[in-house]
Amino acid sequence: MKKGRKLMKDKRIIGNVFIGYLRTALTCLCLLLPAILIVLPVLLILTGSVMDSLEMKAYLLPAFGGGEGFIQWKLMPDYPTFEHFGRLLFMTPSFFVLFWNSVKLVCCILIGQLIVGVPAAWAFAAYSVRGSRALFALYVVLMLLPFQVTMLSSYLVLDRLSLMNTHGAIILPAVFSTFPIFLSYGGFRALPPQLMEAARIDGAGELLIFVKIGLPLGKSGLLSAIVLGFLEYWNLMEQPLAFLEDKALWPLSLYLPEISWMQAGFALCASFITLIPAAFVFVLGQDYLEQGIIYSGLKE
Amino acid sequence: MKAIHLKKNAKNYTIIGGFRKRRAFLLFLLPSLAGVTLFVLLPFLDVVKRSFQTAVTGEFTGIKNYGVIFHNQAFLLAVKNTARFTVVCIPLLVLVGLLVAFPLSTMKEAGLIKSVYLFPLAMPTATIVLVWKMVFYRQGFLNLFFTKLGEITGLWGTVTIDYLGTKASFWVLVGSYLWKNTGYTVVLWLAGILSIPNELIEAARVDGAGRWKCIRYIILPNLKGSFYTIVILSFLNSFKIYREAYLVAGSYPQEDIYLLQHLFNNWFVNLEFDKMAAAAVCVGVVLFGAIMLLQRLWDRT
Repeated sequence: MKKGRKLMKDKRIIGNVFIGYLRTALTCLCLLLPAILIVLPVLLILTGSVMDSLEMKAYLLPAFGGGEGFIQWKLMPDYPTFEHFGRLLFMTPSFFVLFWNSVKLVCCILIGQLIVGVPAAWAFAAYSVRGSRALFALYVVLMLLPFQVTMLSSYLVLDRLSLMNTHGAIILPAVFSTFPIFLSYGGFRALPPQLMEAARIDGAGELLIFVKIGLPLGKSGLLSAIVLGFLEYWNLMEQPLAFLEDKALWPLSLYLPEISWMQAGFALCASFITLIPAAFVFVLGQDYLEQGIIYSGLKE
Repeated sequence: MKAIHLKKNAKNYTIIGGFRKRRAFLLFLLPSLAGVTLFVLLPFLDVVKRSFQTAVTGEFTGIKNYGVIFHNQAFLLAVKNTARFTVVCIPLLVLVGLLVAFPLSTMKEAGLIKSVYLFPLAMPTATIVLVWKMVFYRQGFLNLFFTKLGEITGLWGTVTIDYLGTKASFWVLVGSYLWKNTGYTVVLWLAGILSIPNELIEAARVDGAGRWKCIRYIILPNLKGSFYTIVILSFLNSFKIYREAYLVAGSYPQEDIYLLQHLFNNWFVNLEFDKMAAAAVCVGVVLFGAIMLLQRLWDRT
C-alpha cells in the first residue's frame, strides 16, 4: 500500500518534470519561430549573392517584370556562381570608392565623437557644478531631436562654412552629437566618487584622474558608444542625402538602392559585402551593444 | 534620462575647493559645448528667426509662415500619418518586447535567441531594401505565402494585395519597425526584469502568490522605470523608419506613409525654407514638451 503510494508520487514527479521540459520546449519554439522570420532576409541575401543571373531573373520576373504567377526562390541555387563577387570586387571601381567613403565617414565621426564627447561625459559624471544638471537636460533633449528638425539649422551653418557637398558636412555635425556623451556618461557614473576624492587627496590633478581612473574603469560606456555609433553611421542615410550632391561622395548605404532589379544578384552581393563589417562589429561587440542599450536607458 | 541626477552624495566630499571643480568641469566640457553651440543652438535660433521671415527676401512677416503650414495639406497629412504611426507602433513594440522578454528571463539559452532578435539592428537599411521589395510587391513572397495558405486550407483563392500601393503600406512600415527594434526593447525589458531582486519574488511565492500574481503585483510595478525608458527610446527610433520608407517607396510614397520626414526632405529639396523653419519650430516645441512630460512622469516613479 505504502509502496504503491510512493510509486504514484514518483510518477507524478516524473510527469511534472516532463511537463516542465515540454513547456520549455514550447516557449523555445514560440520564440524561435519569429526569430527564424528575422533571419530569413539574411538567408535571402546569402543565397541571392551566389545565384546565377539568368536563374535569378527567371525567379524574380513575376514580381518585378510584370510576368505571370508569383516570385520564386531556391535556397540552394541550381547554378551557384561567384560571378557577382568577381564583378563587384574586380570590375566595379565605383563600389570601392563608396566603400571607402563609408569607412572614412564612420572612422572620422567615431574618432571625433570620442575626442569631444568622452571628456564632456566625464565632466557631467565627475563634477556636480551649479548649472550642470540643466545643461545635461539640454543635451538629452538635443539627443532626442530627430535629424529632420535640425536639418535646416545644420544646413545654415554648413552653408556658411562652405562645407556643403564635402564629407565635412556629414562629419562635423555628427561629431557634436550628444548621444555618445550620454552613453559614456553611463559608464563613468558607475564609478564611486570616493575613488576620485582619494586620488585628489593623494595630489593627482584632474586630468590625471580622468586619464588614470576615469578612462580605464569607465571604458565600457565608451566602447558601447563606439559599437552603437558604428552601426548607426554605417547605416547613414538622411544626412548624405541632404548634404551631398556629388554621388562620388556618397556612402555605401545610398548606393545599394540605385542598382536595378535586373541586377538583383549583383545588388544582393553588394548588400552582403556591406553587411559584413556591420555583422563583424555586431558579433565582436554584442556585449557592449547590449550594455550601451542599457546605458541609454539608465535610471537610478 | 533621469540621468540628470548627478551624484547626489558628491556634496559630502567637497574637500577640494569648488573653484577647481568648476574649472575642470568647464575645461572638460568646452569642446563639446562649443561645438553644440556653433552647430546646433545658434543655428536653431537662426531658424526661429527665419520662421518669421519670407524665404528669399528675408522680410519680416510675423506669424504668416505658421498660418501657411497649418493650412498646408501636405503638412497636415504628414502630421496625421506621423502621429498615427507613433501611436500605433510604440504600444505594439513595448508589448511585443515584453512578451518576448518574459519567457527569455527564465531561460538558460536566452543569449542566442536575444542575439537573433538584436541582429536586425545591425543590418544596414540599404541591404534589406531589395528583400523588402521581393516580399511586399504584388507578386512577392508574402502573397505567395497567403495564396499557398489559402490552397491548403481551401478558404480563399489567389491573394494579390499590393502592399506598397494601398493602405496596407502603413502596416508594412509598422512591421519593419517591429522587425528592426524588437531586439532593442527585449534587451531593455530583460535588464529591468533581471534587476528585480530574487528575494522579492521568492517572498511573494512563500506567501502563496501564484505565477500570475507575482507578475501582476511584483514584476510589473517594478518595471515602471524600464517602461518610460523604452517609450522614450522607441519614440527616438520611430523617426528612423524614414530610411525604410524612403528607400522602398521614394520621396512621394503612398499617401498613408507620407511622413513628416518626407515633407521636410521635400521642402529642403525645393528650398522652401520659410515653411521648413516654421515646421521645425513647431515639431521641436511639441517634441520638447513631450520629452519634458515623460521626464516628469519618470521622475515621479
